Amino acid sequence: MDMKRHHYEDVQFLHGWANKFWFAVFVVLVIAAPYMFPAQLFLISLIGVNIIIALGLNILTGNTGQISLGHAGFVAIGAYTTVVLMQSWMIPFPAALIAGGILAMLFGVILALPALRLEGPYLAIATLAFGIAIKIILGNIPGLGGHNGISVIGMDLGFTMITSEVGIYYVIAGIALVMGIAARNIVKSRVGRAFQAIRDSDIAASAAGINLAGYKTMSFMISAFYAGIAGGLWAVLLGYINPNMFEFVVSIEYFAMVVVGGLGFVAGSVMGAAAVTYLRVNSDNLNSVPVIGWLLDLMSIDLTVQTGVTWVITGIVLILVVVLEPLGLYGIWLRIKIYWRTWPF
Amino acid sequence: MMDFSEIVTLIVRSVETGSIYALVGLAMGIIYKASEVPNFAQGEMATFSTFIAFMVLTVHGAPFYVAFVVSLLFAYILGIAFEFLCVRRAKNPTILSMIILTIGLQMVLYGLSGWVFGTEQRAFRLPFSQFETVEIGGVVISHLGLATIIASFVLMCLIYWFLEHTKTGLAMRASQQNSMAARINGISSNRVVNLSFGISSIVGAIAAMLFAPIITLSPDLMWDPLLKGFAAAVLGGFASLPGIVFGGYILALIENLFGLWFSLEYKSVVAMGIIVLVLYIKPSGLFSKHYQRKV
Repeated sequence: MDMKRHHYEDVQFLHGWANKFWFAVFVVLVIAAPYMFPAQLFLISLIGVNIIIALGLNILTGNTGQISLGHAGFVAIGAYTTVVLMQSWMIPFPAALIAGGILAMLFGVILALPALRLEGPYLAIATLAFGIAIKIILGNIPGLGGHNGISVIGMDLGFTMITSEVGIYYVIAGIALVMGIAARNIVKSRVGRAFQAIRDSDIAASAAGINLAGYKTMSFMISAFYAGIAGGLWAVLLGYINPNMFEFVVSIEYFAMVVVGGLGFVAGSVMGAAAVTYLRVNSDNLNSVPVIGWLLDLMSIDLTVQTGVTWVITGIVLILVVVLEPLGLYGIWLRIKIYWRTWPF
Repeated sequence: MMDFSEIVTLIVRSVETGSIYALVGLAMGIIYKASEVPNFAQGEMATFSTFIAFMVLTVHGAPFYVAFVVSLLFAYILGIAFEFLCVRRAKNPTILSMIILTIGLQMVLYGLSGWVFGTEQRAFRLPFSQFETVEIGGVVISHLGLATIIASFVLMCLIYWFLEHTKTGLAMRASQQNSMAARINGISSNRVVNLSFGISSIVGAIAAMLFAPIITLSPDLMWDPLLKGFAAAVLGGFASLPGIVFGGYILALIENLFGLWFSLEYKSVVAMGIIVLVLYIKPSGLFSKHYQRKV
């Protein structure tokens, strides 16, 4: 990495022409995606939703060092709030979405209360319990459709109705882009530095005058808000919601996205969410996986068990990440970058 | 209000399910004490071992005791192999990366058991029937329930005897208390951790084989027991093995009482809620001492 001589260079959104160029390419790709891969539009939209969740979870796990295995709970709260406000109360989509995010954020505060005193496995079980509890409670509240769920019809913006896949994609992509930029700015701000100090050593951080309780709670709130917003978008994208979408394995999948992508990096969240979502969605047609697809197809007994293969691959990737490359996909990218920058040394 | 025999029946039922929770919790506790790794893969390791037993039973038609031994052997090898190939080689062994590692193994085994053995529900039979009952002092209990209670009690006694009265157990306890001091005295802490993974895998496999006949055998067999066992371990305090066993029984009792008096739907939620509440008051569980971490 090149040397930064001034604080401004570090917090600057895009530093250097290379970053600006790649960011521009990325934005153009996001805009052009529906026309480049019209058949894969649902997959790309789903990746967008999962990117938002991964961004939030990465702030909590990667930057603050607090584990959460119950993030599907926040997603569920956001999804149900958005849908109920839209369907029963006739509130336009943007307001309902933000309300969903804010309600998830409030639940984030509730989860943060015990989390302030816990660490390691104790925090893991507390968050896990939260996620499972939310799923069971949602399935039993009368008026929320029970285990059958509720169906959703399009995004009602108040003045117009978006029901086309392309329209929904652009809404998701726009929100994901804004939230990605926001996440990056949060990480670089004073708050973000406090998060990282807590991750590296909470005792040293509190000795340096960082309010541990306040910042941990804030981290949970931000993370839950991201998940809530993503939940609302997911509901609209799928067209229905039911409690089984928010199983605890889904939380583990979110966790896998962050780890595979790279803990503590915004770009890592994007890469991880894309990779894991791609694997999950394409588990039904394994032979489309590049390079090793035909081999996987050969090894499977029949189509119904192929979802198992996705789990195996994701699991192996997680283990390899810990054993070989703790920074995940982003770490590999960094290594390539450094290799070429210092080439031929 | 309930009469006396109803209360006794409830307690016996709780001891029955509590035994499973306690065994899973013990399995996690043994690993946690040795290496500070909360093993999320415990359930899937146990499920996979049960699948092995099932295959030996049905495909090869072997008697139950052969299947039992083969399965335990497999569980032991799985445990030590995971420790040797993955846990030991982690680049940056923080608690977070250890949790990631075990979640990774959980995913691999969950996928593999669906992939290799299929996802359909299968009936796993033990020589003890779930439907034939005996009556002891006015309490009706199934053969399977009785076997579960006795087997888990024997296993707990064995673990206690192993840790307290054998040289290896002493080495394990020494390594848990202070791994540096143990190493100075010539105890290989790597081997202790390795052994802990093996033993815990066996304990988990026994729990899964006792639990499998109650519901059917499928890749998600151990999800619920794992969560409850984990919760029991957290409730009692991960660092204290007797605490974990008590945690298992208390958790089962709370669940059954709530299920009887209020609603069955919410009984898992309440159990989890109580655990979060307990953790809020005692962050290291009921029975273990809370150590303030130092710099």
